Amino acid sequence: MKRTMLIVLVLFIATAFAFQQKQQQPARLKAAMARGKTVYENACLACHQPDGSGVPNMNPPLIKTKWVLGDKKALTRIVLKGLQGGEIEIDGDKFHNPMPPQESVLNDQEIADVLTYVRNSFGNKASMVTAAEVKALRAKLK
Amino acid sequence: MKNLMILACTAVIAVTAFGNDTTRLKSPSTGIVQKDDDGPAITLPQGFKSVVVTSGLGKARHLTVAANGDVFVKLEKLKDNKGIIRLHDTNGDGKADETSGFGNYVGTGIVIKNGYLYASSNSDVYRYKIDEKTGAVDIASEEKIVTGLVDKSQHNSKSLALDNNGNIYVNIGAPSNCCQVQDRVKGSPGQDPCPILEKAGGIWQFKADKTNQSYEQGVRYATGLRNVVGLDWNTEVNDLYVMQHGRDMLYQFFPQLFNQKEGAENPAEEMFRVKKGADCGWPYCYWDIDKNQQLQNPEYGGDRQKADRCADKTKSIVQFPGHLAPNALLFYTGDQFPAKYKNGAFIAFHGSWNRAPEPQAGFFVVFVPFKDGMPNGKWEVFADGFSGFQQGGSTGKAKYRPCGLAQGPDGSLYVSDDNNGTIWKVSYGK
Repeated sequence: MKRTMLIVLVLFIATAFAFQQKQQQPARLKAAMARGKTVYENACLACHQPDGSGVPNMNPPLIKTKWVLGDKKALTRIVLKGLQGGEIEIDGDKFHNPMPPQESVLNDQEIADVLTYVRNSFGNKASMVTAAEVKALRAKLK
Repeated sequence: MKNLMILACTAVIAVTAFGNDTTRLKSPSTGIVQKDDDGPAITLPQGFKSVVVTSGLGKARHLTVAANGDVFVKLEKLKDNKGIIRLHDTNGDGKADETSGFGNYVGTGIVIKNGYLYASSNSDVYRYKIDEKTGAVDIASEEKIVTGLVDKSQHNSKSLALDNNGNIYVNIGAPSNCCQVQDRVKGSPGQDPCPILEKAGGIWQFKADKTNQSYEQGVRYATGLRNVVGLDWNTEVNDLYVMQHGRDMLYQFFPQLFNQKEGAENPAEEMFRVKKGADCGWPYCYWDIDKNQQLQNPEYGGDRQKADRCADKTKSIVQFPGHLAPNALLFYTGDQFPAKYKNGAFIAFHGSWNRAPEPQAGFFVVFVPFKDGMPNGKWEVFADGFSGFQQGGSTGKAKYRPCGLAQGPDGSLYVSDDNNGTIWKVSYGK
């Protein structure tokens, strides 16, 4: 009985600790997600849709694709510089609409926030994108 | 006098409201629901029934039916390395029993005329000899009749129509939303004049029997058309009719002019009766569904009041709610359907995406009654239920998306879907 109590106590502490960790670490994530959601609604939602599912043959989905979950730089570049259309292929399907470059529309923080939002919404889970990372890439691509 | 004024005002408001309402999207038709092998099927008006000819073809764009009843479907994604699929019904139950294919290119357009099957890739037009009594196609007879048309991915479908004078009409969609300096970038101004119109954004006419024609040999038959996927030659009055896909992003780019709902309803999807030399206004003009007139686009200084340079543009003859995406137009010349359908127009709407976050709409086939080549009554939903949505839903979640229409030799109407690749045969009576 005593032993069971001990196990329960340990489990309880461990859970609480993990919970606290989770609380602390994602405070930044949570704030970025909230800001990113607003950016998404204003700049991305029309084409990529409220649930990130995109539009068949036209605008690619943002759900668990290698572009969204993969290399942050490649993803950030697409947002900054755009695409001609037809360049993204998923499971043999191409997407005809161009991606309009956002470098003149969104600032570094907005791009970082919206990418963090996209990489952690619609069933996605991936690391955050920071404004510093966007800034560095923007300077490099100038 | 004051009372009279109030009465008059009320009447005007009521008429305006009602007038607007008729252009608004109605709830799905009160048609009859049918069942097919794949579960709930499409809804149709009383007296009509449908049979699934085949399914699983993938991106089945336009289709055409030979005199023997064989159905030819153009694919936008190769299936077993074939871009044109032939469906043959051996026992007359409407369902395809034999499926074969040829042509290793993707595309949208396909039409049979005078012993030839015409089909398009996204930059060229081909033709093949066809024996319409048997449906046999002489694949070795392939000729490339048009080549080198603009294909920049966006709006690259080359839809086809033929007249009775040996000409073929090809849509060349503008690879652009509204000819901005930077396409689809908020705040980027419209190019003036729009250079895209030299080689796209219109309908080009070519000879149906000459090989290797391109812009130099063709005629820009009509201009100022952003993207036409559905077009048809009306043999009753000998004119070309086209369905334009209206521009996107009015709410997103100009929230001071269009609220979210107005952005979903605007601009109208328009039907034009096109005479040679017509300028239908794109990118300078759009049809405002609330003001019920053709106005100047905001990229070109428009404020939802000014018509200015749009005053002398060709006006559309039917307007539909925004973003529904008309992908096929067919004038019905058969005798099988009730008399009101004769010479009227069927339009397949692919379904919207630029209505979000408002609910998506379209995904149906509508009918417009016609008399002497002009609309003669309100449009109505003919076939519905393709999306499977009960209430809204993402475009990508639609089960079927209507894309092509064709008339069979017995007067049946065929509908294609480019989501799953399902083909329906719709017939009346018995």
